[in-house]
Amino acid sequence: MPNYPSEAQNLIKEGIPRSRSLSFGYFRALWAIVWKDLAAELRSRELLSAMLVFALLVILIFNFALELDARTRSNVTAGVLWATFAFAGTLGLNRSMAMEKDRGCLDGLLLAPVDRSAIYFGKALSNLFFMLIVEVIVLPVYSVLYNLNLFNPGLMIVILLGSIGYVAVGTLLSSMAVQTRTRDVLLPILLFPVVIPVFIASVKASSGFLQGLEMAEIWPWLNLLVVYDLIFTAVAFMVFDYVVDE
Amino acid sequence: METKPRLLSILDGVTVLLLIAATGMVFLYAPEEAVMGQVQKVFYFHVAAGWVGMLGFLAAAISGIAFLRTGDRKWDIASLASVEIGMAFAFINVVTGSIWARPIWNTWWTWDPRLTTATIMMLIYAAYLMLRSGIEDPDRRARFGAIYAIVGFISVPLTFFSARLFRTIHPVVIGANQPGSEGTFDMTPMMLQTFLFSLLTFSIIFADLLWHRIRLGSLQEKVEQLKLKLNV
Repeated sequence: MPNYPSEAQNLIKEGIPRSRSLSFGYFRALWAIVWKDLAAELRSRELLSAMLVFALLVILIFNFALELDARTRSNVTAGVLWATFAFAGTLGLNRSMAMEKDRGCLDGLLLAPVDRSAIYFGKALSNLFFMLIVEVIVLPVYSVLYNLNLFNPGLMIVILLGSIGYVAVGTLLSSMAVQTRTRDVLLPILLFPVVIPVFIASVKASSGFLQGLEMAEIWPWLNLLVVYDLIFTAVAFMVFDYVVDE
Repeated sequence: METKPRLLSILDGVTVLLLIAATGMVFLYAPEEAVMGQVQKVFYFHVAAGWVGMLGFLAAAISGIAFLRTGDRKWDIASLASVEIGMAFAFINVVTGSIWARPIWNTWWTWDPRLTTATIMMLIYAAYLMLRSGIEDPDRRARFGAIYAIVGFISVPLTFFSARLFRTIHPVVIGANQPGSEGTFDMTPMMLQTFLFSLLTFSIIFADLLWHRIRLGSLQEKVEQLKLKLNV
């Protein structure tokens, strides 16, 4: 722990009475974290610009990696989109947590008289916002570059559900990875194997909506996404205390 | 140095005997399968190794939960030991599976749900070990390891379901022989006995190796503490 005065150190270790349940204080703290991240980002725009440029570069690479002629394009679009989101998402998760750690914000947050899970949900929500903003910008760009209509409400739902799952696990794992020596490199290694079900289900469901398949074929994937989101949000909520214990 | 407990020495002996017996049963007792021939015998140790791989994962997750609840470092050592052993056996599982698949399915590899999930499981194991090696503080290393073991373990069934759903909707034809029925065959009683005995043998091997590895881990901890005392 950095050279904080001993009273502060004790407070961080022992904690002070917290608003545990879903009380007004809890939501205020949660929202404060989200607002802080959004406000900081609005001023510097370093996170979003990095994620966005990276996403566009990944799409560019895919352009040369895969033969995207008019026919294969519709099969492969979902996969390319989700690969792009996965890589750009990793960038966002890494930077978001690194900023907390490096500026000592995390210790400040831990001093707050609120349940630790509020920190988790606050960070997860702000990460989700950033990821959704990037996705909302990438979709029209992809549509224009490849002359495809991606304005599909079903696709939007899948993107939302998939991003939630990705960010739920990603926030937990990035809060661990940022405290190791091999920081940035470690997050994808930890995250990708665990997030495979989200990836598979999102790609399949997106593809289903884009190709106009029957809802009966898409439902299993949507169910899987919802189940994954619920399970891992619950697990992360239960386990986050142990991540930030000093 | 602590002396090796007598029970452990006995367990070592029992393990070696069981392994010899199991090998004997596989080659001498179990009959040759009608369609596949000799290569089918890989199955006995292949499934047993896979079983131990999954057992290792389960043990790591349970130890992880126990560590988070009690804070006792011996659970952390147990978790690491389970992952190391599980990884070795998961690797054996994949390699023996490939050896069996080549003559039967005419391909070294296929992306069927079980193989896909097995691969992802090994990747999660590897990620666990990399996570631990990136942290110096032992307490934090133990906590993070426990968390990742739990998260990884929970993701495996979901991965299996999603991979299986993937294959149901899009069947894939691979090579000349279609691997559709996962190479099942009816087991005669003699085969079943050999199979169960192999399973038992490998479980005992796991327990034996786990005990040894946990002892090693405890001794390592003692050495670390002595080092700290000497430096101060």
